[in-house]
Amino acid sequence: MSFTLIGKHEKDPRASRDALALTLNEMMAADPSICYVDCDLMGCINTKQLRKNYPDRAFEAGIAEANGAGIAAGLAATGKKVFFHSFGTFSSRRCYDQIYMSAAYAGLTVHVLGSDAGVTAAFNGGTHMPLEDAGMYLSIPESTVLDPCDYVQLESVTRQLPGITRGVTFTRFVRKDVIQVYGDGSRFEIGKGVVLHASDRDVCTVIASGIMVDEALKAWEQLQAEGVSVRVIDMFTWKPLDEALLLQAAHETGAIVTAENHNVTCGLGSAVANCLAKNRPTPQEFVGVQDLFGQVGPQSFLMDEYGLRAANIVEAVKKAAARK
Amino acid sequence: MKPFNKKELEVLAARIRLETLKVIHSRGFGHVGGSMDLADLMAVLYGAVMNYDVKDPRWPDRDWLVLSKGHAGPVAYATFGLMGFYPLEEAYTLNHPHTRFPSHTDRKLTPGVDLTTGSLGQGVSTATGAALGNRIDGRQNHVFCVIGDGEADEGQVWEGLHFACAHKLDNIVYFIDNNGYQLDGPTADILPHSSLAAKAEAFGLYTQEIDGHDVAAIYQAIVNAYAKKGMPSCIVLDTCKGKGATFAEVNHEHSSQPKEDAWAEALAAAEKALAEAEKA
Ligand SMILES: Cc1ncc(C[n+]2csc(CCOP(=O)(O)OP(=O)(O)O)c2C)c(N)n1
Repeated sequence: MSFTLIGKHEKDPRASRDALALTLNEMMAADPSICYVDCDLMGCINTKQLRKNYPDRAFEAGIAEANGAGIAAGLAATGKKVFFHSFGTFSSRRCYDQIYMSAAYAGLTVHVLGSDAGVTAAFNGGTHMPLEDAGMYLSIPESTVLDPCDYVQLESVTRQLPGITRGVTFTRFVRKDVIQVYGDGSRFEIGKGVVLHASDRDVCTVIASGIMVDEALKAWEQLQAEGVSVRVIDMFTWKPLDEALLLQAAHETGAIVTAENHNVTCGLGSAVANCLAKNRPTPQEFVGVQDLFGQVGPQSFLMDEYGLRAANIVEAVKKAAARK
Repeated sequence: MKPFNKKELEVLAARIRLETLKVIHSRGFGHVGGSMDLADLMAVLYGAVMNYDVKDPRWPDRDWLVLSKGHAGPVAYATFGLMGFYPLEEAYTLNHPHTRFPSHTDRKLTPGVDLTTGSLGQGVSTATGAALGNRIDGRQNHVFCVIGDGEADEGQVWEGLHFACAHKLDNIVYFIDNNGYQLDGPTADILPHSSLAAKAEAFGLYTQEIDGHDVAAIYQAIVNAYAKKGMPSCIVLDTCKGKGATFAEVNHEHSSQPKEDAWAEALAAAEKALAEAEKA
C-alpha cells in the first residue's frame, strides 16, 4: 500500500465508473481469460466499450440477472475470470441464490459489481437503492466485500480482483461525482485498512468507507478545531476486515465510530462490532442508515435525511468517547 | 461418438437402473422417480456419445453433463461408478455424513460432476455459460443439460434458453425430462405447460420430442442435434417417472422411502430386467 491523501473535499472531474470501465478495458487487452457479463446496464457504467472491443468475451445477458449470474458462473467453470455487473440492488437481491449456489457454493469465483451504492442511487429512488447489498455478500462464506471511496481506490481494487481465485467478490461503487480522497498513483491492498489520521492523543477511531470517508475527514477537521483528536481509518475492505488494525485502534483510542452508506443492521458497523465483541469489547456508535428503506431525491438531501454527515459522525464520536 | 449398438446400450441402461436403486437403497430413501427415468439417457450419453476421461474428470475437452434437476444425483453416481470414475461401492454412502455423494450433484465433491445444482433452474444458466466458455476457447465439445418439466416452471430456465439462442450456441443440447410429474403431483395440476416442445421451438431451439426410454431414438436425436449448426438444441424426452422401480413407477412419487420388502422386490425386478436385457 502507498497513498497520498488529498482530502480537499473536491469532486474528481473524472466519473468514477471510468476507474472500472477503463481499467477493465486495459485488463481485458492484457489477459484473454477475463470475461464480462452485464444485464442491460453497460450504458450506465460506460462498459459498452468492452463489448465493442472484446465481442467474444463481453456479453449482454439482458434484463435477466438470475441467468446472467449463472452464465458468469458457467464461464468461471471453464477457467474464465469473470466480472458480472448490474445495479447493486439487482446484482445482490435479484440473483442472490444464483451467486450463492451456482458460484460461491460451487467453488467458482465471480467478481460481482454493484453500481449506485446506497444513497448514490439518488434519483432512481428507493426501488434502486442498495442498502443491504454488501451485507448479503458478507454472509456468503469465503467472500470478499469492498466499498471503495473514490476513482483511484476503485481502480486499484479493480486491478486486484482477478488475482482472487477463491470465493466470490462484491465491489460496490458510485457511478460519478465522487470526492477525490487520494492522489493518483495511490495503491491499496485488499485486507488492509488505510489510516488517514492518527496521533497518540486520539480519543476515538472513526472507521468509514465509500462516500463516508470524506465525511469522516470533515468530522476530523471539525473535531480538531474543537481540540478533540480522533483517528480516521478508511476500511474499504469490509471482508476481509483488517482486524489487526481495528483492534490496535480500539486498544489505543478506546472508542469506535463506524460510518457507512448502508443499513447499520448488517454492514461495516456489524462486521466491526463482531470483531470487537469477540476480541476487545469497546464502546461503538453506528453512523449509517438506521434500518430504513431508501427513497428518491438528490444525494445531498438523502445524506442529510439518513444522517450520513460529518455532523453525525462528530456527535457519534462524542457519544462513544463518553461511554468509555 | 461411438456407433450405435442397441443391445449394449439397453444392457447399460438396465445396469444403471439396478445400480441407481442400490445407491438410493444404501440410504433407504431418496429421489427414486426422477433418477430412474433418466437411465436410458445416461446409457446413451456415457455409453456411446460423450467423450470423457475417468482418470482426468476435468479434462478441458471433455463433454459436460449438467443435471439441472440436481436431485437426480443418484443416477449420475451409478453411471459414473459403472464407467470407472470411482469404485461403484463408494456411492453406497449416499447422504451419509461427509459423503462425496450428496442428494444433489456437487462439482466440488464428486468426480464426473461438472457443475453444482440443486436450486432448480440454475443449471440451465451455468451449463449455458460453460458452453459459451468452451466456444470462446474454440473447443469442439458439447454440454448436455437435463431439465425437469416441473423445473421448467422456473423463469430462469427460459432466460437461459433465450440467451443460448441469442448467442447461437450450437454446442449445447438441453433435454427436458417430460415425465408429467413434479413434487406436489402432476405438472398438469400445478402449472400446465401446454407443449414444452412448442415453447422451446418458439424460443428458437432446434427441438425434437421423442420416447425418452428408447435408446435408438435418443441416439438419433443427438446425431440430429450435432448436425444442426447455428442454434442450440432441445430434446424433449417423454418419460415415465420412476421407470423400472416397482414401487415408484406406479404412482410416480417424487421421493420414496419404501419398506424393506418393497426394496427387495424392486431390486429383484431390476436384476431380472438386467438379465433379460443381457439375454435379448
Ligand atoms: C428453486 C427450487 N425450488 C424448489 C425445490 C424443491 N424441489 C426439488 S425437486 C422438485 C420437483 C421437481 O420436479 P421436476 O423438475 O419435474 O423433476 P422430476 O419430476 O423429473 O424429478 C422440487 C419442487 C428446489 N430444489 N429448487
